[in-house]
Amino acid sequence: MNESDVIIGIGGAAGDGVASAGNTLALSVARQGQGVYAYNSYQSVIRGGHSWLRLRISAKKPLNHGDQVDALIALNQDTLDRHLQELVAGGVALYNSAKLRPSYKPRAGVQLCPLPVADLTPAYRDLPVMQNTVAVGAVIRLIGLDFAGLESVLESTFAKKPQVVKVNMDAARAGYEYAAAHFQPLPSQLHQADQKWALVTGNELIAMGAALAGCKFYCAYPMSPATHILEWFAGHGKQLGICVRQVEDEISVINMTIGASHMGARSMCATSGGGFALMTEAIGMAGMIETPVVVVNVQRAGPSTGVPTKTEQGDLTQALGASQGDFPRIIIAPTSMPDCFTTPAVAFHVADRYQCPVIILADLLMCEGNETVDPAFLDVDFPINRGELITTAAGAAGGRTSATEEPYLRFKVTESGISPRAVPGVPDHLYVAGTDEHDEDGVLISDVYTDTVRRKKMVDKRVRKMAEVATELPAPRVEGPIDADVTLVGWGSTWGVLTEAVERLNRDGISTNHLHIKFLVPLHVAEVSASLGKSRRIIVVENNQSGQFARHLRAETGIVAHGHIRKYDGEPFEPKHIVAGVKRILKTGTKVVDVLSTESGWQTEHPTGTSGDWPGRRASASAAVRTEAAEV
Amino acid sequence: MAIAVAEKPLEMKDFKPEVPPDWCPGCGDFGVLNALFQACAELQLRPHEILVVSGIGCSSNLPGFFRSYGVHSLHGRALPFATGAKLANHAMTVIATGGDGDGYGIGLNHFIQAMRRNIDVTYIVMNNEIYGLTTGQVSPTSEVGMKTKTSPHGNLEGMLNPMALALASGCGYIARGFSGQPKHLMKLYADGIRYPGFALIDVFSPCVTFNKQNSYDWFRKRVYKLEDTRHDPTDFHAAMDAALQWGERIPIGLFYRSPKPGPSLHTQ
Repeated sequence: MNESDVIIGIGGAAGDGVASAGNTLALSVARQGQGVYAYNSYQSVIRGGHSWLRLRISAKKPLNHGDQVDALIALNQDTLDRHLQELVAGGVALYNSAKLRPSYKPRAGVQLCPLPVADLTPAYRDLPVMQNTVAVGAVIRLIGLDFAGLESVLESTFAKKPQVVKVNMDAARAGYEYAAAHFQPLPSQLHQADQKWALVTGNELIAMGAALAGCKFYCAYPMSPATHILEWFAGHGKQLGICVRQVEDEISVINMTIGASHMGARSMCATSGGGFALMTEAIGMAGMIETPVVVVNVQRAGPSTGVPTKTEQGDLTQALGASQGDFPRIIIAPTSMPDCFTTPAVAFHVADRYQCPVIILADLLMCEGNETVDPAFLDVDFPINRGELITTAAGAAGGRTSATEEPYLRFKVTESGISPRAVPGVPDHLYVAGTDEHDEDGVLISDVYTDTVRRKKMVDKRVRKMAEVATELPAPRVEGPIDADVTLVGWGSTWGVLTEAVERLNRDGISTNHLHIKFLVPLHVAEVSASLGKSRRIIVVENNQSGQFARHLRAETGIVAHGHIRKYDGEPFEPKHIVAGVKRILKTGTKVVDVLSTESGWQTEHPTGTSGDWPGRRASASAAVRTEAAEV
Repeated sequence: MAIAVAEKPLEMKDFKPEVPPDWCPGCGDFGVLNALFQACAELQLRPHEILVVSGIGCSSNLPGFFRSYGVHSLHGRALPFATGAKLANHAMTVIATGGDGDGYGIGLNHFIQAMRRNIDVTYIVMNNEIYGLTTGQVSPTSEVGMKTKTSPHGNLEGMLNPMALALASGCGYIARGFSGQPKHLMKLYADGIRYPGFALIDVFSPCVTFNKQNSYDWFRKRVYKLEDTRHDPTDFHAAMDAALQWGERIPIGLFYRSPKPGPSLHTQ
């Protein structure tokens, strides 16, 4: 571990304020120049359950949420019981001693930090949530940072209520000072840096990126984990001149979005796998009537309702096969939270240029996760190119009068397959856009005038558009040593975890490099084949059960991976999982390694009792629980 | 170098494209289409400022037989498409068309939501009480007991009442026409298009091929015009009474026109 890298875990029941404590902490350290990557493992309940938020903090921006806990903030007894055993020597556990006490002895070298919250803040009597403020104050001291960051966050959070600022400030300071006087700081200390950070979620970045790319219509139906995109647009749409609607279902969502786009407005919608399934028929319509549309699928664990609050990369096959028939589509998987910001601009660009549906495959991990990004990164002007769009009567050619011009053919057969698109409302370009097969002028050839030659001509015209797309998009490049023994291949949100795993494997003497795929369709077949052709051992890493990407890779390139590391237990990969998985494949020749997060914190007592007893909750058995690596 | 030339007044023929309709001879939809030509000429709408959006079904082929911008979208989805289009370009006159299966069956949810939403779209439903394009299956507006290919022992399910549903859903302009009376129909269209919010015009449009029960004669014997009675279209309760009438006498005409139309969604 990098020595200036600290992971803080905050746990409690829903309603205990885990997320807001985490947010205060993240903002406070960010204002001290620290980069943050946060992952919140939570459940679909409003009260109760177990929420487990991990914040990885470092002056060098963290790329993932890491794989251990250095400091534990337990907001309830359950959290203390579950996670105390995960701490290793040097770790600290903070808890409210007025309410909680450890039910077993931690490992040697772990520091217990009981906080007498009731004595430290009189406000605790009426406001139990003050324990969070005290704990945040204390932990900031223990990781070596100044109180100033927290001070400024509390001031801005409660700016309108000076009394509340004072109460919180006093509680936080009491925690900070109590920690200074009574506890040992963490072995790895953070140092204030000058970097300014903005703390954002992937969902916010997708929304902001789309708005900056000229999105003028956004429509959605609430569905976790994509709902925050809708909330962001609803909050900012008016100011930005974006029409934002929440409507009755995802079928309506996508049809309305395509309707708006058909009239010339850049339009986007977002959902998760179930809503995406409802949208599929209309995605085919966009392909057929050649109207651009951008659809975001923030994947969660399926199938069906699945695990709504858990992450997965399980919708690739669905996206590849969405809707009947053959038509051009483009599928892009952003590879990190910052990439969520730039991806909508790319998606709109290719949607407009190739007049087809573009699917952005994001996932819960990066969309609900918080990460710090450099504010300068957000200050961009995306170039906007609407493709071959006709918005005036003069048309694409310009100048010629309608009397001498050939009749306008909306679906004109061209070499590129792209036909100039007139926006309805423009004089002299009347056409009907039909979901039935149609000729170049839009007249249906599906019913009375069925015609094999024209039918084939139109399919070929549409599909021809795909030939050029890949040349316009950057091909993936191998990261790490070229001549490595192992090549890890991933796609989408796993880039940060893989990057760290590759570093560690190389440090452990296993020469490893990394090929990461962002553009799934079209896949850069020639470049990917050339890169992987040099690989001695290809291991595909993906967050699903069946190896959806491995199958796609094989279908497109004929390349059969030597090994697979997969995870579908609801939780994201951690670097240690990849490292252990690669070692196991190399050592035993195992083809498929299914990773399972086995730390006690991930397990719950379930009233059905079908999962049997588990050792994590019982203090007596705690020593038996392994925390170094998942059982792979 | 624009030279001002007074535009010639638009006539019916300006809305007729080269492609003739492929409906069965005698289909009620011819009357619906002709009345629409007349209404657009009456209103002097310019073809490039009209967008006709349809779903799927015999009647949804209408945009192909009408000279304007058109979209022949998905089964049941004309209204969300039309809503998105109107929200994106307020200057267009947006007309949605379709059949009873399209609008009152697969697209029913959108129908109710569009009325509740009050988007300035005129919705023309060619209601023939049957699925025609799929060659004669029971529809949401088929009468109880009606025998079709998929209800050979008689339809067990109650008829959907679009007029009562529209009233209950907050629709501000509710009318019903009969394609056997195109002049009357034309007037309902023109008023509906002028109405500054969502307007429903349900049209009895007989399917001469697959619905032998609800024929022209069947309707001719039963329909009467509300305009010929003392019906007050601003009276919600009177409109509901009219909406519930079915059987020997069936009202057509303007059922309800909101005396205080709310703002259309696109203006807010």
